[in-house]
Amino acid sequence: MSSGQEAGSSSGGSGDGGAAAPRRNTRKPKYSKFTQQELPACKPILTPKWVISVFVLVGVIFVPIGLVSLKASRKVVEIVDRYDDACVPANTTDKLAYIQNPTISKNCRRTLKVPKDMDAPIFVYYQLDNFYQNHRRYVKSRSDAQLRDPKKANDTSTCDPEGTANGMAIVPCGLIAWSIFNDTYGFVRNSKNLPVDKKNISWKSDREHKFGRDVFPKNFQNGSLIGGKTLDPNKSLSKQEDLIVWMRTAALPTFRKLYGRIHTDLKKGDTITVTLENNYNTYSFSGKKKLVLSTSTWLGGKNDFLGLAYLSVGGLCFFLAFAFTLLYLIKPRKMGDNNYLSWNRNPAGR
Amino acid sequence: RKDFKFYGIALEIFFSFLSSVIIFQIMIPISLYITMELVRVGQSYFMIGDTRMYDSSSGSRFQCRSLNINEDLGQIRYIFSDKTGTLTQNKMEFHQASIYGKNYGSPLQVTGDSSYEISTTESSRQQGSKSKSGVNVDAELIALLSQPLVGEERLSAHDFFLTLAACNTVIPVSTENSLDLVNEINEIGRIDYQGESPDEQALVTAASAYGYTLVERTTGHIVVDVQGEKIRLDVLGLHEFDSVRKRMSVVVRFPDNIVKVLVKGADTSMLSILRREDDDELHNSLHAKIRETTENHLSGYSSEGLRTLVIGSKNLTDAEFGEWQERYEEASTSMTERSAKLRQAAALVECNLTLLGATGIEDKLQDGVPEAIESLRQAGIKVWVLTGDKQETAISIGLSCRLLTQNMHLIVINGSSEFECRRLLADAKAKFGIKSSDSGRDCQDIEHTHNGDVSKLRTSNGHMSESGIHNFELTGVIASDKSEYSEKVANFADTDLALVIDGSSLVYILEKDLESELFDLATSCKVVICCRVAPLQKAGIVDLIKSRTSDMTLAIGDGANDVSMIQMADVGVGICGQEGRQAVMASDFAMGQFRFLKRLLLVHGHWNYQRIAYMILYNFYRNAVFVLMLFWYILHTAYSATLALTDWSSVFYSLIYTSIPTVVVGILDKDLSHNTLLHYPRLYETGLQNEGYNLTLFWITMLDTLWQSLVLFYVPFFTYNISTMDIWSMGSLWTIAVVILVNIHLAMDIQRWVLITHLAVWGSIAATFLCMVLIDSIPIFPNYGTIYNMAASRTYWLSVCLIIVLGLLPRFLCKVIYQTFWPSDIQIAREAELLKKLPRQLGSRPASDIS
Repeated sequence: MSSGQEAGSSSGGSGDGGAAAPRRNTRKPKYSKFTQQELPACKPILTPKWVISVFVLVGVIFVPIGLVSLKASRKVVEIVDRYDDACVPANTTDKLAYIQNPTISKNCRRTLKVPKDMDAPIFVYYQLDNFYQNHRRYVKSRSDAQLRDPKKANDTSTCDPEGTANGMAIVPCGLIAWSIFNDTYGFVRNSKNLPVDKKNISWKSDREHKFGRDVFPKNFQNGSLIGGKTLDPNKSLSKQEDLIVWMRTAALPTFRKLYGRIHTDLKKGDTITVTLENNYNTYSFSGKKKLVLSTSTWLGGKNDFLGLAYLSVGGLCFFLAFAFTLLYLIKPRKMGDNNYLSWNRNPAGR
Repeated sequence: RKDFKFYGIALEIFFSFLSSVIIFQIMIPISLYITMELVRVGQSYFMIGDTRMYDSSSGSRFQCRSLNINEDLGQIRYIFSDKTGTLTQNKMEFHQASIYGKNYGSPLQVTGDSSYEISTTESSRQQGSKSKSGVNVDAELIALLSQPLVGEERLSAHDFFLTLAACNTVIPVSTENSLDLVNEINEIGRIDYQGESPDEQALVTAASAYGYTLVERTTGHIVVDVQGEKIRLDVLGLHEFDSVRKRMSVVVRFPDNIVKVLVKGADTSMLSILRREDDDELHNSLHAKIRETTENHLSGYSSEGLRTLVIGSKNLTDAEFGEWQERYEEASTSMTERSAKLRQAAALVECNLTLLGATGIEDKLQDGVPEAIESLRQAGIKVWVLTGDKQETAISIGLSCRLLTQNMHLIVINGSSEFECRRLLADAKAKFGIKSSDSGRDCQDIEHTHNGDVSKLRTSNGHMSESGIHNFELTGVIASDKSEYSEKVANFADTDLALVIDGSSLVYILEKDLESELFDLATSCKVVICCRVAPLQKAGIVDLIKSRTSDMTLAIGDGANDVSMIQMADVGVGICGQEGRQAVMASDFAMGQFRFLKRLLLVHGHWNYQRIAYMILYNFYRNAVFVLMLFWYILHTAYSATLALTDWSSVFYSLIYTSIPTVVVGILDKDLSHNTLLHYPRLYETGLQNEGYNLTLFWITMLDTLWQSLVLFYVPFFTYNISTMDIWSMGSLWTIAVVILVNIHLAMDIQRWVLITHLAVWGSIAATFLCMVLIDSIPIFPNYGTIYNMAASRTYWLSVCLIIVLGLLPRFLCKVIYQTFWPSDIQIAREAELLKKLPRQLGSRPASDIS
């Protein structure tokens, strides 16, 4: 956009007040640049050089960002292992009966091979597919007041159907807390345990302000239906980071949650043995469960979309700049030429 | 408990639908009405504050009395205007005269209030009797009148002004009535004249300015003060003006017992009764030359738009006088055919006259009226004049204010019966090839005309000739041969038409089934003048147009007679003038002069229309893009109508995040300066053609909205799918992105960036961040802390940036291509203005605008 001339230059004062009587002049509108709509202004118009400059500028900005983003994404090393089907015993015909039977052992052993060197910290995620944490009824089934204040323990009106059990209030109440994820993972490499650091996996603001340090689980998972993990009644909610992570509900039906961090570097070719308990029921709604080990960069996890999108848009802008340059060279139109006015193009008039 | 609150698939679908209705209700832009009202108030403020629409003579500023039709000013197709007090100043002024073949007064003379006096030996008496009415006097003519009464030229001048003073029905009213002989020596005082027509008043006033003052009138005599000497004239008979003879005459006896007839009338009727033969060859040649010169002067006066009269007189012999007196007395006392008998008596004396001269009277227009009408016409607006005055006066005004031009074909409808009106309408339509909505009937009319009696057609045409004005070329006799008829029709197709119709004809037309005929004829004419119309007929004419087209109408007037048409029109404009304030009280807008209408429509009308048109499209866009974004998300929530945005952000979106910029732009944005708009009146046609807002533009806008909403939703979707992103963080990303996108969308279209505009646009984005921070700082909300965590993420900002560029790229591209290869007139004028290619006289000084 180019700047036109300043519109502020105009004559002031009253030009034709001489003939009127002095008292009549009080009705005259007061002159100012504002009331006459003559404030100094920038008036942009799209000239060819500005159009081409805009496209080139966008290209120059977007292509490098795209390249850098794509490189960062490609740098991430990620191991994804789906285990919900593999951990079901071979002779099981009814997966739902298997997962709901507490007498059957849920232990499972998985082997992961490290494809590239993975620098610490290595993030451990569990991934759920086809789990609608964003369903309206699910999202609203919680009581933020109860989570913060022990005096509000009985404030369970928004938590149905998991507000009370056996006539007593559930803390923490609601479908979200009730359905907390309860699979566990242990990692062994070369016969040595890899410790998983489960501290600071939640937001600091959540731990300090949304989950009270004086609020303790009470009457949790005491109903006839068990939805997920049981909580330690002797730890306050602000220290139950698994709960805090789970209660920050996911935006989309396929999501990951942070389980913990491994602060040991992994080398290419290492074999990781995972000992996990396959406790969580995803078989009733055709969900999937996956274990993810991933490194991280400034961009976050592995995601090519941003890089590819930036490259595409930047490339398109370069192409458009080139195309418009050709167009303006081949078929120029003089700016502000009165011959292009419609009544000049058609001599007979409109 | 297994089926907690599950009511079956059908009911679940129904509940989901009801939830969606609640969530998506902002698709219907209820806030648009509030926004529009605010914008119109702002626009009205600037119209009222425009110093160029302030009338210093009456001390009245522009008024907006309606606050909901500002943009209609940008789409006016028809203007219905009163004449007296609206186009004119309700004042006639003596401008030029031709006496004994010599022209006095100059067309270049600037009218003013100064009188000119020449010292003479009788200056003291002359000053005492001079009228201070403000008539411009010609120095040369004053000098001639100061000479002794000797010579033909001097005598002609003497008789000329005596006729002006005597041949009328004006009553002098003295402000200081004094008949005392003692006071006769002193100044008599100011004399006002009251008459039935301002023409006569102007003539008598002019005569007084030149020293021939009418001081007394009774039924039997008049007294004229001639250069300080009183002359008593006995009035023996008076033939009033009528439209058949087109002249009036008075028979007077002078103190020396000479009987003369003094005549004034239209040139078409006067030139045919002048004396032609004389025994003296030299004298005859001189008179022929005087006549020719006078006729040239008359043509000049007419082309200047002046009203013309020819002055003549004759001495009556005793025999002529006796014969006339006998017929006159008989006619005056007659009970049957009085008018015809009076006309016959007049014919005895109104013949063989001596030509004294001619006059040109200006029906004094308001300043700038011809220029304003010319500009409005160029803008594609049709101007109709509806006046209660007689036909000749209306046509004269049409000429002087450039409504009518010399090369226009004039159609006159002045029938005195329904049958005659029907025939005149059908003839006019057939002659000029005007199609009616019923094509079958049109053919029938043509056949009927073709097969009609030639003599009747000739009579009809003759009638039109008789009614027409001398200056117009009327069409010849209708050819009976079909081929010639076709040729004539073809020839008329390129001619500008003007329609003149009188009130008595409208009585029949507006109450019968002739309305559609009149509509077809009138809308094919470039100009329509209605004369001798009653106030209700004015409203009927406005309704004739309103009920048959979707075009916008505007009525402008200054008096109580105009109230009905002002209220009938889509836009009513009142002029604060001499006739009180009824028109102003009934109007939507009020101003001091007609010429301000040019600025009101071409500048403010254009601006208001463009602003409102864009604002409506934009408001539909900003609500739709928000709703569609929510809709795409619902497709991924098991159709459960979940809102990712917090409740507060949903409310604030329309209220705080995006509303102020659209109001500020709606009030302050200008695509062209007022100088450019006044220089190119045809730019107004963008409003007439609905180029700012139409169905095509609406759907193109919706298509763009669809694209932007898809970009808004799916860029974050693909970025954060299979990630730890939570619902409230995603909501905050969408909120920030949609607000920035919507505001930059508006910024891309802003044509005039002033400081307030910057504050509104960027301030809204900043306000959005501020509100997000405040909302996410309240611990009891589930979205607590979201914005702080997201702002630290680089992916977040890269997503926002990608959304903005990718969302607006198609719009920008289409805009560039369209402006490059199919530029609109506004675009070209804007480029010319900003690249300083307009002529240099388009300075911003108010004087340029006024001229």
